[in-house]
Amino acid sequence: MTGAPLPANANVLARGRRAEQALFAGLTLPATLVLLVVVFLPIFWLSSLSFLDRAGDPSLENYRRLAGDIYVDAFLVTFQISATVTATCVALGYPLAYWLARQRPRVANLLLICVLLPFWTAVLVRTYAWLVLLQRRGLVNSTLQSLGIIDQPLQLAFNLQASIIGMVHVMLPFLVLPLYASMKAIDGDLVRAAIGLGSTPTGAFWRVFVPMSLPGLFAGVVLVFVLSLGFYVTPALLGGGRIQMIAQRIESTITIFSNWGAASALGVVLLAMALGLVALLHRAFGLDRLFVR
Amino acid sequence: MASDTLPGRSPWARRALAAYGSMVLVFLMLPTLVVLPMSFSDSQYLEFPPQAWSLRWYRAYFGSEAWMDATRTSLVAAVLVTVVATPIGTLAAYGMHCGATRLRDWVQFLVLLPIVVPTVLVAVGIFHLYAILDLNYTLAGVVLAHVALAVPFVVITVLASLRNYDMAQEMAARSMGASRARAFLTITLPQVRFSMLTGAFLAFITSLDEVVVAMFVSGGENATITRRMFNSLRDQIDPTIAAISTCLIVVSVLALAAAQFLGRPAKESA
Repeated sequence: MTGAPLPANANVLARGRRAEQALFAGLTLPATLVLLVVVFLPIFWLSSLSFLDRAGDPSLENYRRLAGDIYVDAFLVTFQISATVTATCVALGYPLAYWLARQRPRVANLLLICVLLPFWTAVLVRTYAWLVLLQRRGLVNSTLQSLGIIDQPLQLAFNLQASIIGMVHVMLPFLVLPLYASMKAIDGDLVRAAIGLGSTPTGAFWRVFVPMSLPGLFAGVVLVFVLSLGFYVTPALLGGGRIQMIAQRIESTITIFSNWGAASALGVVLLAMALGLVALLHRAFGLDRLFVR
Repeated sequence: MASDTLPGRSPWARRALAAYGSMVLVFLMLPTLVVLPMSFSDSQYLEFPPQAWSLRWYRAYFGSEAWMDATRTSLVAAVLVTVVATPIGTLAAYGMHCGATRLRDWVQFLVLLPIVVPTVLVAVGIFHLYAILDLNYTLAGVVLAHVALAVPFVVITVLASLRNYDMAQEMAARSMGASRARAFLTITLPQVRFSMLTGAFLAFITSLDEVVVAMFVSGGENATITRRMFNSLRDQIDPTIAAISTCLIVVSVLALAAAQFLGRPAKESA
């Protein structure tokens, strides 16, 4: 072989590869363009609005206002609700996922439908259902009364507890599904080996099984916490207008007060918190693995 | 296969776990199970269980022009969203899968981020954008916004099945003279069509059930059903909502069943 044709071939190949890469990039273009124009561009725009005062001059006025009582309260309530919802989801979801992971595949798939069906049902429909359940004459009150636990119906709807119950119901599948997937991937022989080597079953569960399920648990926890931080529908309805998390505060700041600067500043802080947590998760485990089993 | 994939503990602990797990499943199913009988109630009030039965709330729903208009808007929007989001999401997933790592990382970032960005923020941003483009309160506006929210789900599901697909098959077709487009359409696409269908159902449901963006950008004669439902629930609770909710649940059940049975044959599932 002579040396001359090789560089020419290499050029052709390189050009072909570049053309091919351009084609692949082009194929992603419709989707990325829609996302850039509809999601990202407006959010950048909002962010820039937050750094302008009402006259349109650069200022940090909007951020200084966030130190005011109503905004600080909104942040505190948001954290309180998100933390409570996340903790409740773990308390309900971890045993459920463990129980499901122990079932035969056919039984597990059947039981999983009970997790998937609410997951696919509109949040608004489920929130309405909780309104019905928690009414004065709703199922929960009438059951408690017929059991003789209470004499008078309790005020269950339109408060903090109702919002938390409704949100736990929406968020639980987000915790259970990744957790279940990660538990299924744990080799049961490792737990058996620990028992064979003299551990008690309880010891093997806590010292072998639980540590190996932590990545899935952590993924679910961050997802639930981040989604709770920005949740709008359920607290707005089940809270009866009394619960003002950041998301409700942003909505009212725009629709009632038309104060775009203040709403944008709230949004920027909310977004920074959400992205910070997700970045943490991504660094630890890889974000894509959250969604793809 | 053993009945337990994980080693068991005492029978007592096992029964306690089963009882607790079943309780949590009941908690998850309860709202769905409560809405169905409510929709057949004869009462104006939200009493459960209902004292008498009737179809009056279905008559109220199907007889109301306002609710029917909203339903039509939502269904048309959801179909258009599915028709647009499914192909562009599939193409993006294919491009990501075949393209360079850097491309994949960037597109993945763009696609996954909207899932964790608070919807209220996206909604306010789109409202602001549409004020300039004059798209607020139009069907096109709702569709465009929902396409952006639905595309990530299509990309995620199709990408997952491409990961389990052997690209050598497409290479083989091309080495025998098929163009890339033909190889993609006749060899690759049929093998990932189930995950594409799952993505399509997810896109449909995403659009149909979306509330927050619809509250900001839909309105007037193009108000979606979720927007009307939200306003109705905030003011006073109209039992018609139970009938509408039941219809929405039926659609979700059908979509889920279709995605489970059509969308995940044994071969393709990850």
